[in-house]
Amino acid sequence: MKANGAVFKYGDNIDTDVIIPARYLNSSDPAELATHCMEDIDKTFTARVKAGDIIVGCKNFGCGSSREHAPIAIKAAGVSCVIAETFARIFYRNSINIGLPIVECPEAAREIKDGDRVEVDFDSGVIRDLTTGRSFKAQPFPPFMQKIINCGGLMNYVNSAE
Amino acid sequence: MSMTMSQKILAAHAGLDSVVPGQLIEADLDLVLGNDITSPVAIKAMESMEKQGVFDKNKIALVMDHFIPNKDIKSAEHCKCVREFARRFDVTHYYDVGEMGIEHALVPEKGLIAAGELCIGADSHTCTYGALGAFSTGVGSTDMAAGMATGKAWFKVPEAIRVNVTGRKAPYVTGKDVILHLIGLIGVDGALYRSLEFTGDGIAELSMDDRFTIANMAIEAGAKNGIFPVDDLTLAYLDEHAGRHGSIYEADPDAVYASEVTIDLAALKPTVSFPHLPSNTRTIDTCGEVTVDQAVIGSCTNGRIGDLRAAAEVLKGRHVKKGVRCIIIPATQAIYLQAMEEGLLKIFIEAGAVVSTPTCGPCLGGYMGILAAGEKCISTTNRNFIGRMGDVTSEVYLASPYVAAASAVTGYICSPEELK
Repeated sequence: MKANGAVFKYGDNIDTDVIIPARYLNSSDPAELATHCMEDIDKTFTARVKAGDIIVGCKNFGCGSSREHAPIAIKAAGVSCVIAETFARIFYRNSINIGLPIVECPEAAREIKDGDRVEVDFDSGVIRDLTTGRSFKAQPFPPFMQKIINCGGLMNYVNSAE
Repeated sequence: MSMTMSQKILAAHAGLDSVVPGQLIEADLDLVLGNDITSPVAIKAMESMEKQGVFDKNKIALVMDHFIPNKDIKSAEHCKCVREFARRFDVTHYYDVGEMGIEHALVPEKGLIAAGELCIGADSHTCTYGALGAFSTGVGSTDMAAGMATGKAWFKVPEAIRVNVTGRKAPYVTGKDVILHLIGLIGVDGALYRSLEFTGDGIAELSMDDRFTIANMAIEAGAKNGIFPVDDLTLAYLDEHAGRHGSIYEADPDAVYASEVTIDLAALKPTVSFPHLPSNTRTIDTCGEVTVDQAVIGSCTNGRIGDLRAAAEVLKGRHVKKGVRCIIIPATQAIYLQAMEEGLLKIFIEAGAVVSTPTCGPCLGGYMGILAAGEKCISTTNRNFIGRMGDVTSEVYLASPYVAAASAVTGYICSPEELK
């Protein structure tokens, strides 16, 4: 499986309050949440994002609240992958659980620029910046998480275990 | 194999003699928690499951607290969804208007968690119960759904940072100042994937309310959990609220820590987190003159009786500065009632503050105190991210109830010392 899209680059400590502000948490509808994704840090994101695009953050992406609405909003906005130096742990779990591919790769997160075209090969863990021609190798998922991802998320994994 | 306190609790719940950092385990849960924002997403996820139902109706807590009493139609629909789920599966610990409180104050108060127990909650501040020597951590809605259905969750065994607390506090220094100081020291990702294990003779100086505040904000340093050793104060709290102690674990004397930090309580001053990160701390004497439009005293971090007593101590016989809105929110009905019986509510109202029914409300920018463009708020809550309490240009400054109350009186951020 591969992701291929234009990059939206953000900085350190992108918190779940800016990914999806709590004033919209009176809804749990993915399509509605997607219309407010990243709104408090990038008002143009929802107008510019296209299906398949990629978010690149720096340190501690997804910190703060445990709201699963954050990865849900990103996924429903059409984003195919999030790359970061590090992820906050609850955001990391939530993304795996709902089937939003996320990749931890400090070098790629630092080097990739806003607007670059990037391809991510989830099987090999190779990230290619098609704009600059540079390649990066990400840490593969531990086998246990790979199993959850292969099942298409935690609920399917639990179903398959029964 | 030597283990930390957190590792021992995880090992026991996974049926293992020992665990090592990085090990993936599946563990049995003593409590699965959700609120009115996260539970509907979990309930929807559960509908996709082949086996319907909950693993144990007595080990699930559903607390309606974020947007309740409902602020709008959509919030009302969310609560209705959870209410119907609780009825359908006869969930024992379902708390709605009239019985509810802010979940992390309510769960220990109702005795739903004890020492050595393992809890996941679909709310990041679930780490609060580490104050009781439990392992508790925040997860998302899908983990909550799987937990409600199976009674199990997977964990990656964390390393720990040992926080050695020593010395004696000065007046007006609280648990909030301890945790803000620590977050300022190690950063908002300083404990990422790790436990914060508090230890040392200074812990005896900290009330249970102080410990709840400290464990509550472990997540603000990125920690998986924050945990305190069990002492006589913990046991007295558990006797009063839970009627059981649970299992008492201690870290092995030769347990290995990723790093160690020492906090000398005597060296601490009231501390304030400036916008827009909890780690952006300054001591009260270096804050400069920051005028405020609003003061919020409450939340899962600082809405307990000790917090309200501290606010009342400052506000008694004084008045909130004209032009400042002071909003006080007792965290549970029992705290509300106790504040009434102690005469605290009278002090607040005479001082020109408003007192609200328990709700998370303004902490996450829900309702009951939203900020307009450019406004500043001194708040006892836990996050000061961009747009957290309202407009993206508004600012939240985090502090203790002492500092928030004193700032409400003067109209600028200050210590109660300034009022003398």
